Amino acid sequence: MNPANEHLYEMLRQVSGYIYPNEVEFHWSILIVVYPYLTGLVAGAFILASLVKVFKVKQLQPVYRLSMLTALSFMIIAPLPLQMHLGHWERSYEIFLTPNFTSAMAMFGFVYAWYLMVVLLLEIWFTYRRDLIRWTDTDKPVMRFVHRALALFSKDTSEEGERFDMKAVKFITIIGIPSAFLLHGYVGFIFGSIKANPWWSSVLIPIVFLFSAIVSGIAMVMLLYMIVTPLRGQKIDMACIDKMASFLFVAVIIDFSLEMLDFIHRLYESEESIKILSDLVMNKLFISLGIVQVLLGMIIPLALILFIKLFRVDEELRKLFYFLGAILIQMGIFATRWNVVMGGQMFSKSFRGLTVYKMDITGIEGLLMTFVLLLLPFVILWILIKVMPPWETSPSAT
Amino acid sequence: MERRRFFGKGFTLLAQFGLISSVFKRASAEPTDYDASKHYYGMGIQVNKCIGCGKCMEACKEENGVPKEPFYFRTWVERYSIKKDGEVIVKSIDPRIDTLGNTVSEKDVMRSFFVPKLCNHCDHPPCVQVCPVGATFKTDDGVILVDSERCIGCRYCIQACPYGARYLNPVTSTADKCTFCYHRITKGLLPACVEVCPTQARIFGDTRSTASPLTRFKRMFKLHVLKPSLNTDPKVQYADLDGEVR
Amino acid sequence: MKRFLQKIPDSLLRVSTVFLVFIALVLTLRSLIPESLKNSEEHRKATIEREVAHPVRHAGSEVCADCHEQYDLKKTGYHKNLACETCHGAAQSHTEDQEVKPVINRKREACTLCHVFNPSRPTGFPQINPVVHNPGKQCITCHNPHDPKPPRVPKDCQACHEQIARTKAVSPHVQLECTTCHNVNEQHKVSPRVIKANIPNDRSFCGKCHATDSTVKETPKVDLSSHGEKYLCWECHYPHMPEVN
Repeated sequence: MNPANEHLYEMLRQVSGYIYPNEVEFHWSILIVVYPYLTGLVAGAFILASLVKVFKVKQLQPVYRLSMLTALSFMIIAPLPLQMHLGHWERSYEIFLTPNFTSAMAMFGFVYAWYLMVVLLLEIWFTYRRDLIRWTDTDKPVMRFVHRALALFSKDTSEEGERFDMKAVKFITIIGIPSAFLLHGYVGFIFGSIKANPWWSSVLIPIVFLFSAIVSGIAMVMLLYMIVTPLRGQKIDMACIDKMASFLFVAVIIDFSLEMLDFIHRLYESEESIKILSDLVMNKLFISLGIVQVLLGMIIPLALILFIKLFRVDEELRKLFYFLGAILIQMGIFATRWNVVMGGQMFSKSFRGLTVYKMDITGIEGLLMTFVLLLLPFVILWILIKVMPPWETSPSAT
Repeated sequence: MERRRFFGKGFTLLAQFGLISSVFKRASAEPTDYDASKHYYGMGIQVNKCIGCGKCMEACKEENGVPKEPFYFRTWVERYSIKKDGEVIVKSIDPRIDTLGNTVSEKDVMRSFFVPKLCNHCDHPPCVQVCPVGATFKTDDGVILVDSERCIGCRYCIQACPYGARYLNPVTSTADKCTFCYHRITKGLLPACVEVCPTQARIFGDTRSTASPLTRFKRMFKLHVLKPSLNTDPKVQYADLDGEVR
Repeated sequence: MKRFLQKIPDSLLRVSTVFLVFIALVLTLRSLIPESLKNSEEHRKATIEREVAHPVRHAGSEVCADCHEQYDLKKTGYHKNLACETCHGAAQSHTEDQEVKPVINRKREACTLCHVFNPSRPTGFPQINPVVHNPGKQCITCHNPHDPKPPRVPKDCQACHEQIARTKAVSPHVQLECTTCHNVNEQHKVSPRVIKANIPNDRSFCGKCHATDSTVKETPKVDLSSHGEKYLCWECHYPHMPEVN
């Protein structure tokens, strides 16, 4: 027996009800859960940054550059799980060479490229250009070259140059907000446009994805700020964190409402798929959806922030609550992605059976690889922070 | 002088080789007398005739080199047992086991039948729509094929197929499915499953022909397709299809 | 030109240059890539060629007729619509090289695959109970696979209508013969789909036993004039298992 098939025989034994014979094999593994989680963080961190530039929320200024770098580091790593999952990763260039224009997945490749190059990289560059030039004065030789190259060898430190930079940043951010919406909404659309799968096929999925992305992005930047700032020996700006928490609160409420709406709508309309989907949620997804996604990932963080809003809570306790809440939110949003991707494959398209997902520990689509992929963006972020520190800014720049 | 002669001979040889190979190339590039635009294939399945022997499944795997493990099927047969209280029990037949006798309790069965399933070669195929690299496509004669040299194995088409007709071929790591035995029908033969069906429950033919078993099939029976609400326009049509079949 | 360039901010100039270089690179790369990798039409043609080139493994029945007289034997019997390869497996290789022999499975399971009793099979398909029907013996001892006439014409309808027989066997109608209600010509056992058995077509037929004035003892009686007037009896009561609500 081919050892690769052994786990399929095992899964066959755990099927309940009836599934089509080709459905025993689980097609999209945990890598496809990691991917929307990472792109969600990109969109969320960018939206947070745009609050500063476009909506002029001054309190968030301290985390502006950090959010941009966070978005970039996650954006660099996000295509990796997709590549690793492909049956023929060496042919992945075909998506750009001969894309099928009716395919959401193919068009998404271009959306991703657009967002990365035109929005994210450009905005970071314009933000950092002046400082990159300024830093070359005091740099060691290797870093000096790196900074000069990153500044595209520009030497313009004039006032008009800087004013133009700021105007460019604002302009790019304005384009960037709908682009960020498009980026992660598109991932939702990739699932939401599959009429064959009633768990995925929904108009709400792109919007739910987007708002859960915003939630996870804000929470991630909050977490990073709260971890890195003490490591630098600096004091956490409470006004900044409180503001982030406020936006997080609103975002979680919207996300929660949207998900409740989807849930209630399904139950009320009670279409054919409701029986198997109820079976799915109550039996296979009870813990990951009911406990982790909803209770731990949304209700408890909401309660924590609400508590802070209603009662006077001192600084140290507030920091603890925010920290806990942000971690719970990360777990909750990861669980959201899990429930969408895995949940959609755990029931049969015959609407008559349920199957299981067996995750490998090792192997290219296993748990260890997942941890590596989730850690890599932080490694990239660390490098970016070292090369382009997000806190040493010139007095006039923002 | 020697060198010139040598090169001269070399060039002539090359030219001759080029000429000959171009002739061969033309011969193989020359289309055979099969004109795809003159055909448009479909299939009819008469549920009341299927005896659930599974010969179609076996012949298909043999003809198309499908891995013999029970996770990869281009065609399969489902068995429905509908009880008096409305409960529906479905299972895929496994001829190796079913040859020993009835494996579903007969108690309180109201109706019971077999339903062969395969790729429906839809006219609005959701699989073709979502393939990011255009590796799966519809031919001029209506058959949906997969280009295994282009397929990147993203499995989007497998997720998009409402009928569970696709699988990932473990050998090539590309998407795979029923091709209506394209290598047979273009030579005037029948697909393997149609060939070996003992009761002629499967009927294959050209939807454009005016006199064929498929034409009669479409005239004599009230026809159904699977999951019509998804607007995939399947070209596999069922006669005597029970409403419980998904 | 120079003044125009000078008017553009330095940063914008540099960024635009990078973009232009990038686009130029992409376009150059695209033009360098051979046509065969880019042209979808060619890919599809190549795919079709590859598919058509797959080896044919099933030869089709007509080919067997050229050499094997069993084909003529099969033509008039019950297995006339059975392809040779249904039982003998894919045989294209045999047509190319006679030394390669197709499968000849003489074991019982080759026949029980189709003929073992399974209630999901269509009614009227000949089925046997393998436990009582000559257990252990090869089917071909009595049935020629190419002309599988049963050695004796089946007395019972049960040979082909096992499902109905089993249902009736545990019903109140167990003591009724099939022929009590169904007139059937002996020819039905030979050409079952051509000569069919009949079914009764009026209420008085059931009334012979179940009307209030019937002389048959120990059958439930109803007043036919009022009981379910519009309907024939079997539109409510399944005659092979005549349950009452």
